[in-house]
Formats: sequence, structure tokens, C-alpha cells
Amino acid sequence: MSSLQLWTYVVVGLSFLLYFGIAYWARAGSTGDFYIAGGGVHPVANGMATAADWMSAASFISMAGIIAFNGYDASAYLMGWTGGYVLMAMLLAPYLRKFGKFTVPEFIGDRYYSKVARIVGVVCLIVISLTYVIGQMRGVGVTFSRFLEVSVELGLFIGMFVVFVYAVLGGMKGITYTQIAQYLVLIAAYTVPAIFISFNLTGNPIPQLGLGSTMVGSDGVYLLDKLDQLVQELGFKSYTEAHNPMINTFMLTMTLMIGTAGLPHVIIRFFTVPKVRDARSSAGWALLFIALLYTTAPAVGAMARLNLINTVQTGEIGSAEGNLAVEDVPRWMKTWETTKLLQFEDKNGDGQLQYYNEEGLGETAAKYGWEGNELTKVDRDIIVLASPEIAKLPNWVIALVAAGGIAAALSTAAGLLLAISSAISHDIIKGVVNPKITDKGELLASRITMSIAIIIAGYMGLNPPGFAAQVVALAFGLAASSIFPALMMGIFSKRVNSIGAIAGMLAGISITLLYIFWFKGWFFIPGTEMAASTPENWLFGISPEAFGTIGGLVNFAVAFGISRVTAPPPEHIQELVESVRVPRGSSVAQSH
Amino acid sequence: MSSDKSPQAYWKANVRLLSICLVIWFIVSFGLGILFAGPLNNIHLGGYKLGFWFAQQGSIYVFIGLIFFYAWRMGQLDREFNVEEE
Repeated sequence: MSSLQLWTYVVVGLSFLLYFGIAYWARAGSTGDFYIAGGGVHPVANGMATAADWMSAASFISMAGIIAFNGYDASAYLMGWTGGYVLMAMLLAPYLRKFGKFTVPEFIGDRYYSKVARIVGVVCLIVISLTYVIGQMRGVGVTFSRFLEVSVELGLFIGMFVVFVYAVLGGMKGITYTQIAQYLVLIAAYTVPAIFISFNLTGNPIPQLGLGSTMVGSDGVYLLDKLDQLVQELGFKSYTEAHNPMINTFMLTMTLMIGTAGLPHVIIRFFTVPKVRDARSSAGWALLFIALLYTTAPAVGAMARLNLINTVQTGEIGSAEGNLAVEDVPRWMKTWETTKLLQFEDKNGDGQLQYYNEEGLGETAAKYGWEGNELTKVDRDIIVLASPEIAKLPNWVIALVAAGGIAAALSTAAGLLLAISSAISHDIIKGVVNPKITDKGELLASRITMSIAIIIAGYMGLNPPGFAAQVVALAFGLAASSIFPALMMGIFSKRVNSIGAIAGMLAGISITLLYIFWFKGWFFIPGTEMAASTPENWLFGISPEAFGTIGGLVNFAVAFGISRVTAPPPEHIQELVESVRVPRGSSVAQSH
Repeated sequence: MSSDKSPQAYWKANVRLLSICLVIWFIVSFGLGILFAGPLNNIHLGGYKLGFWFAQQGSIYVFIGLIFFYAWRMGQLDREFNVEEE
């Protein structure tokens, strides 16, 4: 076993022990503990837990890579996945906390005085959360297999076991306190390498400032100017300017924001704080903790791209000795070649490697004697996973990145599994099937549904169905077109009634799914696409991933339209709306 | 400040406050970060082009400020309208 592997086992093993210790300490004794951690979580602690709940394997492993290879065009993800918290803090969280119940469908069911509305909410919640959780289970397996050289399957089983221990035992209470620990692990794992890399390149240890600084030993050349110049000389698109159509960037950002605000597993985190005013400030803390990673990611992305280019392009572009000689390939390139995330071959047989964009460089490449891009594959995930090695950081930092990736995936998976299990045990079993169930019985039911949810998520992680790759389109599209409008209208309008809300949700979901299936295949079955998913075919140039906003608008329009021509909600519902609007009189949710 | 201390007046004050916050939210992200990012890129903030900075850094900082400002101001309104939690 190499010293790196030993470090990785030690760091990952210690992080697991920590999670188990917390799980034992924070066992759930009642449904209140299991669903909302007893309602006594400090707003700062909840902010930290929300940050871990929110930041998934994709945020941790993939986002910097997306930024590195798309530059400005990746901004939709940065703004979309943070701006949603502004909507949540002002339009949803405080009022839902005042409502003081356990689940998101429960509010929809009570506010629209309808079991049908509640069940529509549950179905949306399960589709959203299941799509999302499969990617997390897979993320755990993949991280394990890369760093510890075990199979993806074994890694996934270990992940299932760890989540099982603290989520089934502790419910929301166990999840909350492990998420806080997981946040600390993942943020350290993300920022430590970024600080080293930023300092090496710019002399400024703060990545957010380093990205706007001049480069060490360059006579005052700004890092971003250098990057823009290099990528364009190599035939790539400029880094800091927009290349995607503005309409799609706009709509994608909006859909991600509205979708984020409507994600049930994030909303329920705000049920755990003691007071309405805590729900407001807690959203601020959550975004602050999230922003630590999200504002570092652009620096990680840009700097990794620059490091990658400089590794291959050692001298002047086009000069005889300007590129990395094959026999000098650094160790990290060989290591990552074995994982197939990185592939290279010396196509023109000049004993050196060239990295450039064939379409962009055209004739000029032939003049240099280049016969094709020789870094044939650079997986975006490598930007975060390999960045400590590229920057020649010590082994414990690399081990920390492994623990961070696993922490990001586990914390999000646990939050999603809780949202799924509470929807089934509380909204379906207690709400519809057997309202007379005792608190003890419901607690047992929630533990059993949690266990089943883990097994299903694990199974789907091993055999990913077609929809697993469509997290952005499916999860955010559905949240934006169904849950967000239903919740917002439930608070901001006293006029929207049961029939209006149900019709609105169904219309929003239908048009969004129809649009996604049209371009991605019916139920994502390959070959059933009605049209190729290209900008020329899209309606107004809006991609399926960005369509949730339109679905949301349809939901609002249908709900208001139908409510106007049908009877207003009964008196006690209007009183309910008035009561969620004022903080006074809030209490911690009890079993009811 | 009006003398009306009813829950309806409190709700109006809340909606006014959050509308102002959401206008700023829209301007920094969709406005400065997307719609006007092109022209703004001619202005530099250190090594950052300004449109690029708003899209990948600035808008996020403003979002955080907005939520804390809203939470603080709502705390004041809660007391002013006598609807704060015990």
C-alpha cells in the first residue's frame, strides 16, 4: 500500500468514525426528532447543515471542472444555485417555519385542503429526490474507487452502510449533526488546495482575490488576461466572455434559482430552527457557507485550466521544443491515465504532447506540424480530484479531498433520503392510510421507509436508469414548475383554491415533462426523441434544462385563472394564510 | 411610517421590503451578470472584467448581504408591528 493510500484510509476512516459517534449521540426518540431534529437547531448550525445538505457530489467534484472548460458560460450554475436562497429566505422559509409542520406536501395538503394536492406534492417530491439521490450514491462509489482502488460497487455498499447507520438511527437529528461535521470536512478539503494553488500562481493566498490578481513572475500580467490569451491562441473560445445565447443563460439561471428554492430536502432543513426569525437568518448563514465553496470554484476552475495548459504547453506555441516531451509526463498524468479520466497519445510522433482545439486552430495547427489534439480526454472531474497532485501538494491534502468528496455525497444523500422517507411515512402512511397510527408506530414506519429508500437508491446507483443523468432538467425543472409555485401562491395569495392549485401543478409538470421528453426521449428511453436537442429546434432557444421557468409560469397562470372563476377557499384556510404571514404564535411542530 | 399597526399593514411592509430586495437580486444577477455583462466587461476590477466578476463572484456576495439585510429589517418590523415571537 502506498503512503497516499494509507493516508486516504486514515482520513476517510476517521471521518466515518466521527459520523458514527455523532449518530450514536444524536439518536431520535420521537417523530419530532426524526423529522425536524426536535426543532431546536441553532440558526448558524442549521446554516452549516443546509450548506452540506445542498452541496452535492456534483458541486464538490464536477462544478469547478464545468467552469474550467466553459468559463463565463458556466456562470448560470454559480448564480442559479446561490440566488435561489434569496427566494427561499424571502418567499418561503419563514412562513413555512411558522406553519410548523413536518413536511412540504403537508403544507400543500393543508393549505389547499385536499389530499389530492398532498399526493401530487408527494409524487413530485419523490421524483425530484430520487433523481438526485442516485447521483449521490454513485458519487460515493466513484470517489471510493478512485482513491482507494476498490470497485465502484464496494464503495457504494460502504456508502449505503454509513448512511444507514446515522440516518436510520438518528433521522433529521442525526443527519443535522453529521452534516455539520461533513460541511467542515468538505470545505477544508475544497479550500486548502485552492489556497495553495492561488498562492503559487499569484502570490495571493485568497483564491477569490487571486483570480483577479497578476501572476507571479509575469511583470504584471493578470491571470485571467493570460488565460484568455492562451486559450484563444490554442483555438479555444475566450474564457471570460459569453458564447452561449443570452436567452438560454438567462432562463437556465432563473430555472436553477426557482428550482433551488423549491427543493423539498432543502426547505425541510428550515423546519428545524426554533423561531421564524431564525429561519430568515439561517438562510443567510446557509448561503454564506455555500458561497465559501461557490466563490472559490471559479478560481479553482480557471487556475486548473491554466496549470493544465502550462503543463502541456511548456514553451512558445508552435515552436519545435514548445511542448511537453512524452518521456517527461508528470506522475499525476500517468496515475489519472489509469482511471481513464485522462487520455493522451502522441499522434504526430514528434515525441511531444499538444493540447489545442482542432476546429478553432484549423490551418495553423498543420503549419506547426500538429496532427490533432493529443490530450484526447480530459474529464471535467479531474479538475478537483487531481488539482492537489497537479500543484504537487502533500499526500494528506489529497486524502482530505477524497474525504471531502465522500462527505459532500453522503450529506446530500442523507438529506434526500429523509425527505423521501418522511413524505412516505408522514404524508402517505400517517396522512392518508392510517391517521390513527401512534407516534411510536410512525417513528418505526419512518425508519423502515428510510431503510427501503436506501436500498432502492443503492440499487439504482448500481444500475443507473436513464433519468439518473438528468438531474438538472428533471429535479430543478420539476421543483421550479410544481413545488415552488404551489408554495409561493399558498402564502402570497388567499384567493388560490384547491382546484386551481391542483390544475396549476399538473399543468406545470405536464408542460415541463413534455418539453424534456420531446428532446431527451419519452421517459429518457434512447431513440424516442421527437427532435434533436439543438438550439435551432428549441422553443425560443430555451434548452430542456432551462424550461422549468416556463413550466412555473404556466402553473401560476393556470392556478390564478381557474381560482378566479371558481369559489374562493373556505374561511379557515384564509385564516391559515393570515397566520403563516406573522411570526407571533409559532411553536415547534408536535406530533399531531 | 404609518400609524396602522394591523397585521395587514405588517404584511404590506414585508411585501414592499422583499420587493426592493428582489429588484436588487434581479439587477446584480440577471442585469449586471447576464444582460449587460458584455458592455460591463470593458470595465476592469483588478484583473476581473466587471461583467464576468458579477456573474461569478459579485452577485453571490450581494445575495448574502440581501438575506442578512432582509432578516435584520424584518426583525425591526416584527417589533414595530408587535408581531415578534415571545
